[in-house]
Amino acid sequence: MTASTSDPIVRMERVNKHFGDLHVLKDIELAVKPGEVVVVIGASGSGKSTLIRCINGLEEFQQGHIEVDGNELVPDGKSSKALQRIRTEVGMVFQQFNLFPHLSVLDNVTLAPMKVRGWNRADATETAERLLDRVGISDQASKYPSQLSGGQQQRVALARALAMEPRLMLFDEPTSALDPEMIGEVLDAMRELAREGMTMIIVTHEMGFAREVADRVIFIHRGEIVEEGTPKQVFDSPGNERTQSFLSRVLKH
Amino acid sequence: MEVTFQFDWAAAFRSIPHLLPGIPWTLLISFGGLAIGFFIGIFFGLLRISPIRWLRWPAILYIEVFRGTPILVQVLFIFYGLPQLLGGPINALTAGIAAIAVNSGAYISEVVRGGVQSIERGQREAGLSLGLSRSQAFRYIIWPQAFRRMIPPLGNQGIISIKDTSLFSVIGVGELVRQGQIYIATTFTALEVYFMVALMYLAITWSLSIALRMLERKGLVGQ
Ligand SMILES: Nc1ncnc2c1ncn2[C@@H]1O[C@H](COP(=O)(O)OP(=O)(O)OP(=O)(O)O)[C@@H](O)[C@H]1O
Ligand SMILES: [Mg+2]
Repeated sequence: MTASTSDPIVRMERVNKHFGDLHVLKDIELAVKPGEVVVVIGASGSGKSTLIRCINGLEEFQQGHIEVDGNELVPDGKSSKALQRIRTEVGMVFQQFNLFPHLSVLDNVTLAPMKVRGWNRADATETAERLLDRVGISDQASKYPSQLSGGQQQRVALARALAMEPRLMLFDEPTSALDPEMIGEVLDAMRELAREGMTMIIVTHEMGFAREVADRVIFIHRGEIVEEGTPKQVFDSPGNERTQSFLSRVLKH
Repeated sequence: MEVTFQFDWAAAFRSIPHLLPGIPWTLLISFGGLAIGFFIGIFFGLLRISPIRWLRWPAILYIEVFRGTPILVQVLFIFYGLPQLLGGPINALTAGIAAIAVNSGAYISEVVRGGVQSIERGQREAGLSLGLSRSQAFRYIIWPQAFRRMIPPLGNQGIISIKDTSLFSVIGVGELVRQGQIYIATTFTALEVYFMVALMYLAITWSLSIALRMLERKGLVGQ
């Protein structure tokens, strides 16, 4: 392994973010190495979404700096060139799927490769079909998102992000909007992605899944990273009492 | 003395050939004006939601002025008032089309704004997260969805503008009402003629409604 491949693909240094008076992220320090799977946990409103949305510039931050795959984001969104490159290399899966309802499943997946990467339709379609097959929905390619179940929609959203051949995937509670019986199929697809070596940052409340796939778990409380370690460390012997009380609450049900 | 109100069907039918020449004028003014108004509406509607504040206020000013004044006053202003500024007459057809254009443009601006703003924030974010530029996200993701939602209110505005052209008899343009007035002046059959005029408006607006319903149904695929 060369030095450059083990360099962090994401590096956040003293990142601070405010929404008006609300200090949402406080001195965030985070480095993620290629191939690493990092799970972010924490109570509602603690800043988990904001944290990962800063990485692909969906949120601006006010202090500190973020580097993604060699591209540097500076405070207050003044880095549009780098931002564009980052978004091309970083995929994101949202809680509400956010599929494009006016496009077929296939067109959802081919849009960005064609418009951003400049692929022709044949190449984009071939890649899309391969990815849809991989997430188990190859037979639904000509349908529209509204004709699919939630679990199927989320798997399409995953295929859509993967079609850009990202170096890093961000997941913001990918199973929270799903009926319980569909959570498994989405987690399975993510598990496989992790096994293939994709670098992933995942916000989730699925603690069993986190324990299984995470290389590292980060607990965030009121905008601060208060605990960080292997799943074993964080789940079995949390050092911070905030973590203990959070875990005792979520693991009860 | 006995007064009888008799609807004279024969007189009504006799008026038809005298009214028909008004229809092309009505259609030309309304659809010509609406076509221009559509582009005005897109322009000011998008300006209205620009992230840059000083671009928003000319749009607000335009919308408030042309929504807040009667279209009759607007057309009188254009036909009688503007020539004094321009130093030459404006023909009635041009004035009529211009009045529909600026008036419907103000309402369509609001339709465009509402349509674009109704698209969930997550749609844009999904586009940006895939690496699309802001303008690509607008063109391929937001606008196609917004446009579908705009069809019913646009149809509404179309029907209103068609009916508004009836006011333009005051500037002497030969649309439906004007043709009716000319015919009544010689036949004194106001009841029958205005009834037929009303039917003709209804035929136009109804056709438009049906066409729009078909368009909407087509647009609903995949929503
Ligand atoms: N656009 C915004 N404007 C103002 N405040 C915001 C905005 N977005 C988020 N916040 C606030 O920032 C804080 C962190 O929000 P964030 O969405 O990151 O939390 P979260 O940990 O993802 O919560 P959840 O588990 O509910 O998704 C919350 O208090 C939230 O109310
Ligand atoms: Mg969240």
